[in-house]
Amino acid sequence: MRSSKSSTAKALTSALSGRWVPVFILLEIVYFCFRSEGFANPNSLQILLFYGVQVFLVATAELFVIITGGIDLSVGYVLGFATVISIKLVAKMMAIGISPPAALLLATIATLAIGVVPGLVNGALVAYLKVPPFIATFSMLGVCHGISELIINGVSAVGLPKLASDIGLGYIFYIVPGSRSSFFVKPEVPRGTAVLQILPNIVIITFVVVALFAFVLARTKFGRHVYALGGNMDAAIRSGIPVKRRILGVYAISSFLASLAGIVYAFMYVSGKADAGAGLLLDAIAAVVIGGASMFGGSGTVWRTMLGALVIAVLDLGLRMSGIPTFDEFILVGVILIFAVVMDRYMQEAS
Amino acid sequence: MDYILEARNVTKRFGGLTAVDRVSIGLRAGEAFALLGDNGAGKSTLIKIISGVHKPDEGEIFINGKRARIEAPMDALAAGIETIYQDLALAENLDVGANIFLGRERMKRRFGALRVLDDPSMAEESQKVLDRLDIKIPSLKKMIRTLSGGQRQAVAISRSIYWDAKVLIMDEPTAALGVAEQRKVLDLVRTLKDQGIGIILISHQMYDIFEVADRLAVMRRGVKVGERIVKETSPDEVVSLMMGTEEVRKDR
Repeated sequence: MRSSKSSTAKALTSALSGRWVPVFILLEIVYFCFRSEGFANPNSLQILLFYGVQVFLVATAELFVIITGGIDLSVGYVLGFATVISIKLVAKMMAIGISPPAALLLATIATLAIGVVPGLVNGALVAYLKVPPFIATFSMLGVCHGISELIINGVSAVGLPKLASDIGLGYIFYIVPGSRSSFFVKPEVPRGTAVLQILPNIVIITFVVVALFAFVLARTKFGRHVYALGGNMDAAIRSGIPVKRRILGVYAISSFLASLAGIVYAFMYVSGKADAGAGLLLDAIAAVVIGGASMFGGSGTVWRTMLGALVIAVLDLGLRMSGIPTFDEFILVGVILIFAVVMDRYMQEAS
Repeated sequence: MDYILEARNVTKRFGGLTAVDRVSIGLRAGEAFALLGDNGAGKSTLIKIISGVHKPDEGEIFINGKRARIEAPMDALAAGIETIYQDLALAENLDVGANIFLGRERMKRRFGALRVLDDPSMAEESQKVLDRLDIKIPSLKKMIRTLSGGQRQAVAISRSIYWDAKVLIMDEPTAALGVAEQRKVLDLVRTLKDQGIGIILISHQMYDIFEVADRLAVMRRGVKVGERIVKETSPDEVVSLMMGTEEVRKDR
């Protein structure tokens, strides 16, 4: 009796091993379809990807650092810093007569360049001065938060041109059923006419960037070295890998992606706040861990991290559409994170 | 026959302690030279001098009869001297090919300018060197973590051989291995000898030494107290050299 019970448990474990995340996402979707009427709609998919872009980008950022065995606690406030910087720059540029498209483009490039700086400082502290990643990036969190608040003086940064939200809230295709279709520009239609909107711009941008960094991690020398660093630091050093430069690179990438997520935020919500990404650290780390990466470093893939992020994105939209307050989401993400860790531990012991 | 590696009168002091005191050893191609001695006898310091970790205070190193400047681990590697440490220095989360090529990855071009990892060719080359050394590993796609202690050792050795080691320093290669695995490592040492690699073997296992070594040197308190041809000595004599009883008998 007892043996048959344990063999059932074993069969269940091996069937679920490494696959419980997709199953969990499916369960979430089924639950929310019953819970909220609007959820059972193909459009929900692109909406949840739309609201999830920050999580996708910041989780990818965090994954790079976590694979090396480190952690970047500053990502959320680097994101906030980038929202503030980008909007202030656009406003300044437009004030001196630069056209909106040029101002947006220049400010984006400048913000990405400035946004890498916190990461370079983090990386230098960790690699060269041997400051523990937790302390280095925690301090950077405070520094970024403080600088952002000083810049905006306690009020949200505003002043983006309408073009910004046209891009941030726009779609690649628009189809007016039975009439016409267009790219990028929403067709002028009488009020109340249904327009099919397909593929949000920022979702496409996000996934192109995420795919690029997935490629870096899986197919380049840099990526291979990142795994080696987390697997055995001594082996990496003795193999002649420029370990310090690699660590610097990893924290710079983290900061770069967080800044990009901040710029995307600014385009979506046309406002910049120091704490725009305050809740994102939990989401990002949860996505990485749910995706099966070890906090001790050496493992994890972008693909599985995206599945982890999807768990959170589905939860986020499901709760919004069910009218449940965001505070509940913090609790649930925390619980799922712990569940993921326990689940992986159990699977490891079983196999 | 000429030595491929020779240490002449090397001395290393740490503060007031003389860890290695005017020690000379020579190694020929295709031979295994065992280094014995109690803990603290100076074996580890001696091999660290040869592998460039420590700089000797006195004495010289010769490679193929020529004076060599070995002041850093990279100098030793460039001279074809590789050390297999007990911890093996493998990234356990990567596969066999990735480890053999770690830090020296093979790349291929994609879409013109993009350089990507050439894993198939690294795996193929790894298989070649494993075959050459008669090492059997079920799948090169497996992470090092899933391999046995002996297999890991074999991977670490293959990496050195692939990168053209002429001298292999092995520090307690059979410690922490099961009996069957110990045998395999000894077989591997024989294969390496057949291929002309010189091996410096540190071991506490008398059996290993009498099984594969050609010559041996015994160290005590930093001094080389004896050198023997393995065929012409016995475990008893070696032990007494290590303990110092041999010397006492000679004095009388």
